[in-house]
Amino acid sequence: MTAVLPGRLVDQFELGLDAPICLTWELTYACNLSCVHCLSSSGKRDPRELSTRQCKDVIDELERMQVFYVNIGGGEPTVRSDFWELVDYATEHHVGVKFSTNGVRIDKAVAAKLAASDYVDVQISLDGATAEVNDAVRGPGSFAMAIRALENLSQAGFRDAKISVVMTRHNVGQLDEFKALADRFGATLRITRLRPSGRGADVWDALHPTAVQQRELYDWLVAHGDGVLTGDSFFHLSAYGEALPGLNLCGAGRVVCLIDPVGDVYACPFAIHESFLAGNILRDGGFRTVWRHSDLFEELRSPTTGGACAKCAFFDTCRGGCMAAKFFTGLPLDGPDPECVQGYGETALAAERTVPKSAVDHSRAIPLTVIVRQPQRVCDENPVTTRGVR
Amino acid sequence: MFDLDARWQLHPQAALRPEPFGALLYHFGTRKLSFLKNLVVVQVVAAIGEHPTARAALRAAGVEDVAIYAKALDTLVNSNMLVRTS
Repeated sequence: MTAVLPGRLVDQFELGLDAPICLTWELTYACNLSCVHCLSSSGKRDPRELSTRQCKDVIDELERMQVFYVNIGGGEPTVRSDFWELVDYATEHHVGVKFSTNGVRIDKAVAAKLAASDYVDVQISLDGATAEVNDAVRGPGSFAMAIRALENLSQAGFRDAKISVVMTRHNVGQLDEFKALADRFGATLRITRLRPSGRGADVWDALHPTAVQQRELYDWLVAHGDGVLTGDSFFHLSAYGEALPGLNLCGAGRVVCLIDPVGDVYACPFAIHESFLAGNILRDGGFRTVWRHSDLFEELRSPTTGGACAKCAFFDTCRGGCMAAKFFTGLPLDGPDPECVQGYGETALAAERTVPKSAVDHSRAIPLTVIVRQPQRVCDENPVTTRGVR
Repeated sequence: MFDLDARWQLHPQAALRPEPFGALLYHFGTRKLSFLKNLVVVQVVAAIGEHPTARAALRAAGVEDVAIYAKALDTLVNSNMLVRTS
């Protein structure tokens, strides 16, 4: 993003805008994958999912509000049978679409259709530069599926697809490989922060980058920042010194928000929890009303003191970090980010805390981690076994 | 340098959204977003297509120091937000 004429936009943004700049819309909780860190705990379709008509009404409202583009995600949005119809409807109504997908539906025909549109951007999720690293998080076969989608897009002449990577302890060391992979497909690398949201809460302790890796990541971003997208998600790293490009503030309810598959509006895509629920577009008078007048969003736009962080010399660069990261690790919202690079997060994490659970969970009932314990009894291997029964 | 005596318009794929601080300017083709943080610039950009020259658009907005605004408009030409009317 660029700004014409100098000034402090951050101060304006903290007070909120008439409409969001960056709106994420999750079309479905249904997903063919079961990524261990899924921030929306997706898997099963919610029976209350918005209908095609209701989705089109949302698009009409976004057009009226001049929301220039939406980031469509899920779940896996392309598994909705009306997905392409909705994409076409949005672009015909001056709402650009960038959608995130694991690549499952990006065959040659779809790739050719996408390559023909100016208004659609595609983001393929990949959490490892190798199948081994990726599939451990996203599931068997998911690396091959994503690569096939990228190949189809590239062969169809789709330019500048995005490869979207959530940075973990296992892939920070692959940054150069990710960049090379993006270059190979004429794509742009986009890296974002692992949040302890959704199922991410269960794996965050094991997967979030170490302090040493955070520094490595920051240095890499300073060196390569221009050619790499971040969704401005690493602003907590700005407290290392030089501010990273982009918005260095939490945009929740101010410039960003999330519409979920049933029409619930949350302050940000990483905050699917009743504490950050602003309202519902069906019950509370439409998206515009929720965005402009919900109690939660008005509160998020009111001036804050910065709490315990206000006296830190780096407060002006990191603004206290990510609200969702604090909330889902059980830290106070006016205190340091759990990954505070000045080390205040580690101290806070070591203290007594309760990690909140979200009631919104659409995970399928399958084991999401590999069981490493040796079988102790016959039925550990096969619950319907008759072996050993006397 | 920005040609003040040419006729300019917003790119057909660009859209302006007023905000309390100024406006957002988005280009659907390049997918680039710009922030206009000056209400006079917003006024000029919004009306530039209706004037025979950029100079006339600036005059209509009451601008006296044309140079700094020419620089701002030049930035928008470089990002393809403003184009010459053919």
